[in-house]
Amino acid sequence: MSAIAEVTRDQVEDFMFFEAELLDEWRLKDWLKLFTDDACYYVPTTDSAPDASPDVDLFYVADDRFRLEQRVERLLKRTAHAEFPRSKTRHLVSNVRIRERRDDELIVGAAVLTYRTKAGLTETYIGSYRYRLALLADGLRIREKRCMLDMDGLKPNGRISIIL
Amino acid sequence: MPLAESSDQAAVRIDPLRHTFKVSRRSFVDPQILRDEYKNIFEKCWLYLGHESELNKPGDFVNRVIAKRGILFTRDAQNTFNAFFNVCPHRGAQVCRERKGNAKSFQCFYHGWVFGSDGKLKSQPGQDSYPADFNCDGAANLVPVPRLDSYRGFWFICFDRSVQSLSDYLAGAKEWIDIVADQSEAGMTLVGGTQEYQIRANWKLLTENSIDGYHAINTHATYIDYLKNSQGSMSAVPFDGTGYDLGNGHAVIEYRAPWGRPVAQWIPLWGEEGKAELDRVYQRLVERFGEQRAHRIAYFNRNMFIFPNLVLNDIMAITVRTYYPTAPDAMQVFGWALAPKEESAWARKFRLSNFLEFLGPGGFATPDDVEALEQCQRGYENMREAPWNDISKGMTKARVNYDDELQMRAFWTQWQACTQATAGA
Repeated sequence: MSAIAEVTRDQVEDFMFFEAELLDEWRLKDWLKLFTDDACYYVPTTDSAPDASPDVDLFYVADDRFRLEQRVERLLKRTAHAEFPRSKTRHLVSNVRIRERRDDELIVGAAVLTYRTKAGLTETYIGSYRYRLALLADGLRIREKRCMLDMDGLKPNGRISIIL
Repeated sequence: MPLAESSDQAAVRIDPLRHTFKVSRRSFVDPQILRDEYKNIFEKCWLYLGHESELNKPGDFVNRVIAKRGILFTRDAQNTFNAFFNVCPHRGAQVCRERKGNAKSFQCFYHGWVFGSDGKLKSQPGQDSYPADFNCDGAANLVPVPRLDSYRGFWFICFDRSVQSLSDYLAGAKEWIDIVADQSEAGMTLVGGTQEYQIRANWKLLTENSIDGYHAINTHATYIDYLKNSQGSMSAVPFDGTGYDLGNGHAVIEYRAPWGRPVAQWIPLWGEEGKAELDRVYQRLVERFGEQRAHRIAYFNRNMFIFPNLVLNDIMAITVRTYYPTAPDAMQVFGWALAPKEESAWARKFRLSNFLEFLGPGGFATPDDVEALEQCQRGYENMREAPWNDISKGMTKARVNYDDELQMRAFWTQWQACTQATAGA
């Protein structure tokens, strides 16, 4: 990849599928490496606008890079009770599209279905992704990951204890 | 009548000699108990409806489910706040299907009857087929809830017309609600965005958990780790405080804690700009209330419970939380963030960031609470052979600590009084 203009959808898809694989294999420290130093990760509440800002509206999740690292640290401890023993997850990423090419980043949209199974129960998170992807010397990196849930609240899921 | 009963059927068992307070695990599981709770608690007590800031201008409305009823909360052209059952007086369809918005009127889409935001029937198709005095008794208007009242911006409804006044009902909780309401001169406001989630556990487990200082160190070990890892996320304040029974089943714990508070306990992470801002906020509190009360508002945390299902937690941010059982082992939870209207964009941003660190289903703490509640519910499957919960901690002490269990005992004592009142009837 030499320039942002030449990045193809295949390359973006490969990158996103790889990310899903890392999450589902609980390789969270490797997953963090996919993010830029100024990265953020958002899950807005289900009655907020898709482009809402966590500075103004209450979200479910609004992590800067530091808090994202801490989220990973936490999830890898056995004292993260909600994820002990760890749940099994499967992220299905589809409908990937490069929506916009900016000078220094790509705006990518996708659909995502995430299943989480723990203690005999399977929960489904239905949503779409909006990514801002940067192109660094060694490949694509996530500058912003936003997961917008197509749900009326979290029902029956009582938590977002995994990474969506 | 003493609460203690020797029968195994009793939900609450108090042994004053041995200083134990036990709650039957059946109370969290039995479908008949849930039916009794709807009849004797949710249909008899004042219930939280919404905050005044959700209806900022005439025509604003919020559509909510309260104790299984669809309730339309409106502000009409005369600026009166109303609460109606969301059901058409004609044939019973819901007249409003949006969650919130602004509307001059509501039209039932089934046959087209139109109602004002004051609930009055304005028109219906085929009016000439009805007599001129068709609605002279108001029977074709939206049905208002039997009782509606507010305290310091918090609106409540009651389905029992003969209930005591809201002011009497809130009892000792009022002065604690004041501490929250007093944090703004312009009025408190709900921030946009609702944290809505479902927990597979009995609703009373969330009551206990919301005012439980005892579980924090264990359940929230990773949150405390997180504060320690963050440069400057903690002040040098140790956990310490007291629990209070506020009457009528309401209770509160008030305590110091090391996290930052947007009103107004500074932490190094917030930098010099934050320090200046919080100093201003604090000084204004001193001007308005004097040093002693300002200090209490700013530096103390409060987890407050209003019977039967409202939580007002003024901690690293303020959350308003209400919840309803949908089954003995399931509840629907709604959480909002409350903030002073006039706070700066900087303060609002840090408040919401603080909120999400701990609170809500994506935070660093609440998911572990949810896990704990669901694990309790599973544990109760053993209730025939292992029937009792123990909430005795601190029973022998003159001064109750914030991490004792007085608050739960206050709740269960009121719960027992409500359910017993008609148990024999």
